[in-house]
Amino acid sequence: MIDFEPTEEQQLIVDTVRQFAANEIRKEARDADEACRLPAGVLQQAHELGLTSNALPEAYGGGGSRSAVTGALIAEELAYGDLSIALGVLSPTLIALPVSDFGTEEQRKKWLPRFTGDRFAPGSLALVEPSYRADAFRPTTTARREGAEYVLDGAKCLVPWQDGLQEVLVVASEAGTAQAFFVPIAAPGLSAEREKNLGLHALPTAELRLSGVRVPASAKLGGDAGADVRALVNRGRVALAAAAVGVARASFELARDYAKERQTFGAPIATRQSIAFKIADMAIEIDGARLLAWEAAWLLDQGKDATREAALAKHQAQRVSLEVADGAVQVFGGHGYTREYLPEMHLRNARGFATFEALSLV
Amino acid sequence: MTISFEPAENTTKAKAFFHQVAREQMRPISRKYDEQEHEMPWEFVRFMWDRGRHQGGSFEGPNDGFVQVCVQAEELCWGDAGLYLRIPSPALGGSAVAAAGTNDQKIKFLSPFRGDGEPKWGAMAITEPNAGSDAAAIQTTAQLDGDEWVLNGTKIFCTAGEGASTYPGGFVVVWATVDKSAGRGGIKSFVVPAGTPGMKLVGLEKKLGIRVSDTATLVLENCRVPKENLLGSAEVKKADPTKTGDKGFKGAMATFDASRPIVAAMAVGVGRAALDFLKEELARQGVTIRYDAPLHERTQVERDVIDMEAELQAARLLTWRAAKMMDHGKRNNLEASMAKAKAGLAVTKITQKAVEVLGPLGYSRKLLLEKWMRDAKINDIYEGTQQINQLIVARRILDYSSSLLR
Repeated sequence: MIDFEPTEEQQLIVDTVRQFAANEIRKEARDADEACRLPAGVLQQAHELGLTSNALPEAYGGGGSRSAVTGALIAEELAYGDLSIALGVLSPTLIALPVSDFGTEEQRKKWLPRFTGDRFAPGSLALVEPSYRADAFRPTTTARREGAEYVLDGAKCLVPWQDGLQEVLVVASEAGTAQAFFVPIAAPGLSAEREKNLGLHALPTAELRLSGVRVPASAKLGGDAGADVRALVNRGRVALAAAAVGVARASFELARDYAKERQTFGAPIATRQSIAFKIADMAIEIDGARLLAWEAAWLLDQGKDATREAALAKHQAQRVSLEVADGAVQVFGGHGYTREYLPEMHLRNARGFATFEALSLV
Repeated sequence: MTISFEPAENTTKAKAFFHQVAREQMRPISRKYDEQEHEMPWEFVRFMWDRGRHQGGSFEGPNDGFVQVCVQAEELCWGDAGLYLRIPSPALGGSAVAAAGTNDQKIKFLSPFRGDGEPKWGAMAITEPNAGSDAAAIQTTAQLDGDEWVLNGTKIFCTAGEGASTYPGGFVVVWATVDKSAGRGGIKSFVVPAGTPGMKLVGLEKKLGIRVSDTATLVLENCRVPKENLLGSAEVKKADPTKTGDKGFKGAMATFDASRPIVAAMAVGVGRAALDFLKEELARQGVTIRYDAPLHERTQVERDVIDMEAELQAARLLTWRAAKMMDHGKRNNLEASMAKAKAGLAVTKITQKAVEVLGPLGYSRKLLLEKWMRDAKINDIYEGTQQINQLIVARRILDYSSSLLR
């Protein structure tokens, strides 16, 4: 049966995360953006909500409730608070979910308990490459088998690089097929430079150079069997689509509320059709993009290939997010251009969705 | 309840059946009736009328409720949106009777559509030369004279108005004011049976698209209908009727909450016809759409198609959501307008882009693409224009009354 109503459990999660985003995340958003630093306290508080561990297998201390649809609902709500903080909160999914899906028993034992413990532990996946020709499905970074080791060469960017990170999961082509490898952040041959980007100021990210980085064969995700990296890319796209909807929703609400307050010629600007219709279009587009993200997430939960739907959802959501964020700046006029208000931050963040890949997973 | 995109078995069956109807019964005669504007497509009308009576129950059982109705509308409009509007049924007139009528009225006016006999049509006549979506500006009057209402006025853009006013057993639901000083509170709807003296079909619109559809001008001249043909209460409330629960105006407006998702689904059908054709034609030329290709490798055509697909699917899902809310008994007035606004504009753009991409193939009347472009545009206009639906959405999300946001 076709339906668009979340389960009771999902609705409870949505309500909880929405409240957390509005109360805890939102108030830190501007300071975190200015300071280019994630609020550690909020990350720990978010961790205690159990959002990632809930999706991990019970055998490793998780809640055993894996659902990409739930993941999409969470990503939207967190990003509705603030995108940088949301991605900081969700970075554990970048290792926990790939290991949960494809990891060897040894990898699962090593990694999963780290994400189900009392303390927040960040994760990281190095997927994007610093070229306009970057292709998520076909990385130019290579992994070459040499005896009992893999040798990695190449470059990555937009790699989440939070405090406490121990290893990063690097996507590289092994004989033409994308695979993922655990690389310790202090590995010889790996250099990381902290990035400064248009948006995502609060989320620490790094550009990586890998030259002759050697890791043991056991560092390959899934061992000899490897992993379905395409599926990970798709999961990342669905998560980004949902997050883009969250950013759009945050911008939309700011614009809506401001338009009802701001007076021109004796009446709120929201009573003018040019503003009111823009806000109506925002609402329509946001809901449409959300439904596309849900559909792609639902396909993932059915165990089906979601390459097309994930691409469509990301395509739509990144466009909508950018248009709505830009629209919010416009509704605020000159104030929207100042850093006293949030629309300009949402616009800088929203611009990134066309570039981002796999900054969290569902 | 759970978020799911898996159609019920009966929806899948209905979709397959109506797709076959669209492909075999509609597409082959599509061009003919576009060119022979307004001619009644009797072979198709009789086919659908017979099917309605003899196979109407084929898809009963667990289904997707109103979503299934939308799926059927999409399939049939994938076939031909104009012919869809010629299918003999109570249509919007039926929705008005169902929404605001008494049990007796429902039996009296709707049951002939389930019996034997000749094809019948229903229609709703709201628009006037000086009143469209602003229904409160209606000039047509209804005056009680003894046991009869006497209607006077002119109605335009009445879809299926020829069928409903001419063929026995059909009816037109006419909106008229019983008290001009009462504004919206004075607006009532009346069932005028086909052939009632004083209701005259004076013309059919020549249109950009959906040319086979009988968009009628009806003149009511001392047109008398029995007192009991009034839908809802005769009481005139001076206060805002949408706030007081007056079944007359509110009931009539509620028909839009049901009809807008269907119109949105019809729009999606036309858009899909164009998009399917575009993709097939591109495939014949060796162009495939690579959903996994990075941006720098995608051609402009691939970008266009991906954009069209995302827009169409967003429109479809917004439509289904609005429909599903009806099944859940939730008020869907906001979501119905969202779906209608999105779908109308999306398919207008999709069909125009498809014509552009296919160049001379798109522009030629040898093929149907140019027709779909013309047909698509109506979805951005009827059942409330794009702008009226934006207005409704804006009022709801801003929590503004109709007097604050005009």
